[in-house]
Amino acid sequence: MKSKVWLGLLGLALILALPFATDLLLGRSWVRLLDFALLYAMLALGLNIVVGYAGLLDLGYVAFYAVGAYLYAMLASPHLGMHWPLWALLPMGALVAACFGALLGAPTLGLRGDYLAIVTMGFGEIIRIFLRNLNITNGPAGIDLIDPIQMGGFSFGANHSLLGWDFPGIYSYYFLFLILTALIVLISHRLSDSRIGRAWSAIREDEIAAKSSGLNTRQLKLMAFAMGAAFGGVSGVLFAGFQGFISPESFTMGESIMVLCMVVLGGMGHISGVIMGAILLAILPEAFRPLSQFQQATFGHVWLDPANLRMLMFAVALIVVMIIRPEGLWPSPVRRRELLTNDDEKNSSHKAVP
Amino acid sequence: MSEIANSNDLLVARGIGKRFGGLSALNQISLSIPSGAIYGLIGPNGAGKTTLFNVLTGIYQADEGTFELDGKPLTHCRSDQICALGIARTFQNIRLFGNMTAIENVMVGRHVRTRSGILGAILRLPSQRTEEQAMITQAQELLDYVGIGQHANQVARQLPYGDQRRLEIARALATDPKLLALDEPAAGMNDTETATLGKLLQKIKKSGVTILLIEHDVKLVMGLCDRVAVLEYGHLIAEGTPTNVKNDPKVIAAYLGMEVS
Repeated sequence: MKSKVWLGLLGLALILALPFATDLLLGRSWVRLLDFALLYAMLALGLNIVVGYAGLLDLGYVAFYAVGAYLYAMLASPHLGMHWPLWALLPMGALVAACFGALLGAPTLGLRGDYLAIVTMGFGEIIRIFLRNLNITNGPAGIDLIDPIQMGGFSFGANHSLLGWDFPGIYSYYFLFLILTALIVLISHRLSDSRIGRAWSAIREDEIAAKSSGLNTRQLKLMAFAMGAAFGGVSGVLFAGFQGFISPESFTMGESIMVLCMVVLGGMGHISGVIMGAILLAILPEAFRPLSQFQQATFGHVWLDPANLRMLMFAVALIVVMIIRPEGLWPSPVRRRELLTNDDEKNSSHKAVP
Repeated sequence: MSEIANSNDLLVARGIGKRFGGLSALNQISLSIPSGAIYGLIGPNGAGKTTLFNVLTGIYQADEGTFELDGKPLTHCRSDQICALGIARTFQNIRLFGNMTAIENVMVGRHVRTRSGILGAILRLPSQRTEEQAMITQAQELLDYVGIGQHANQVARQLPYGDQRRLEIARALATDPKLLALDEPAAGMNDTETATLGKLLQKIKKSGVTILLIEHDVKLVMGLCDRVAVLEYGHLIAEGTPTNVKNDPKVIAAYLGMEVS
C-alpha cells in the first residue's frame, strides 16, 4: 500500500516536471505538442463514452469539438466584438455541445453499427459545411485574433515569470489542460462505475436483452451522446483559445477518424488506454518528422515528401498494432475478455476460478 | 377456454394476432393467466410460443388484439415500459451481458427500480452511494436465491450453462416483476439440473410471482404448472389444467402424437 502511494507521488512529480524537461531536452515546439496531446486526450475520452462505453460508433465526433471551438471563437474575439471570460464559456461550451450531441443523436437512435457510423459521419460533415458557409462563422476564412484564455487577471497566453524563471504561455496551458483532463478522467471513471455506466455496457453487450431488462435505451443513448459531446465541447473551447485561430479545415472527417483511432488503438472503454492512445497518436507524426532530414543527409535529396512519409509510417504503425493487439495497446480487462480467442478463453477461465 | 376475464387474472390477452408477411404466426390468441399460478405454454416447434412471448414483452407489436397486466393496457408499450410495469423475461437462447460479471448483470436488472442519474454518479451524492450499496446487496441476495451466489464476480459468459440460465432468471427477478416469463429455461439441462430448476420455480411461485413458462419438457410442465395452454400453427387448441389438457384428443393428435402415460 505504501509503495503504491510513493509510486503515485512519483508519477505526479513526473507529470508536473514534464513540460520543463521536454523544453530542456527537445525544445519548445515539443511542449506545444504536449499541450495538443492533452487536448486530444480530452477529446478521445469524450468519444470513449460514446464508442467505448455505450458501443455507438460515431464518425462525426469532431463536430462537437467544432461547436465548442466556434463558440469560444465567436464570443471571445474581435469578430463579433465580444470578449467573454473562460469561466463562462467553458461550461457553456460543454452545455451547447451536449445539446448538439443530443440533437444529432436523436435521429440515429434506431440505427446500429455501420448505418450509425455513416449517418454520424454525415452529420459531422454537415456541421463543417455549415461553418464553411455561414457568415457568422466567417466562412472558409475562419476566425482569427481569438482571445487567449484568461482567468481572473491571469492570461494563459502571455509569458510570465516564476521565481525569476521564464514561464511561457505553453507552460500555463499545459497545467490548465492537465487539470481539466484530470477532471474528465474523474468524471469518466465515476460514470463507468455507476448505474448509468452499467446500463451503457449492457446496451453495448446486447441491446434487446437490455431493453427487456427495463432499460430505456433511447434515453440512455442520448445521455451517452450528450455526455461525450460535452467533453468534445470543452476541448473545443480550449483549442480555440490555445490556437488563437480556427477555420473549418481544423474539423474535417480525418480528424474524427484520428480521434477514433486514439480510442481504438489505446483500448476502447479503458481510460488509461485511451489517454495513452491519444498521446501516442498526437506525438507520433511529429516524431517521424526527422525522417526528411535523414533523407537529406543520406541521399542529398528528399525523395519522399515528409508529410506523406509521416502519414505512411503512421498508417503502417496503426495496422501493425491492430494486427498484433486487436484489443488495443492497453485494454480494460473487460475488452480483453471480449476479444480473446477460444484457446485463451480456456486458459483464463482456469485462472478465474479461485 | 377462459374468455371472460376474472378479477383474479394477472395477465389477460384478447384476440392477439401477429403476421409476418403472408405467414400468420399468431391467430386470435386469447388467454388469461391467474395471479400466483405457474402457467405453461406448450406446442410443437414453430407453433408460435416464442412469438407470443415477444408480443407480450414488447419486442414485437401485435397486429391485432390487446393485452393487459393487472388491468393496465400494455399493447402498444415498448419492452422497457412493459418491464417497468411488471413483466420480466428470459430468452430461449440465453442473452446475458456476457462480458459483465454475474452481479453486474443482476444490478442492470435493478436499473428500472432505481433512480440515480448522471449528476449523482459524477458527484457521488450520498443518495447515489446508498442506492448503489443497496443495489449490490440486493443483487447478491438474488444470486444466492437462485443458487449461484459464489459466482458473483465471475464473468457471465464463463459460467457453466445451467448457471447462465439461473443468472438470467436472477436478472429478470431483479426488476421486481409481477409476471416472470421464461422461454424454455430447461432447454439443454440434464435431469438433475431440470429438477433443481423445478424447485427454484416453485420457490419463486411461493414468493408471489406469477410464472409464464414455455417448455418442451412435458414432464416438467405437467408436474409444475397449474394451467397449460397448447398452441399449434398459431392457434390456441387447448387450455386448462394439465390433466384436462393431457387428455384432450386435439392435443394428443396435434402435439403429442400418442397418448402419454
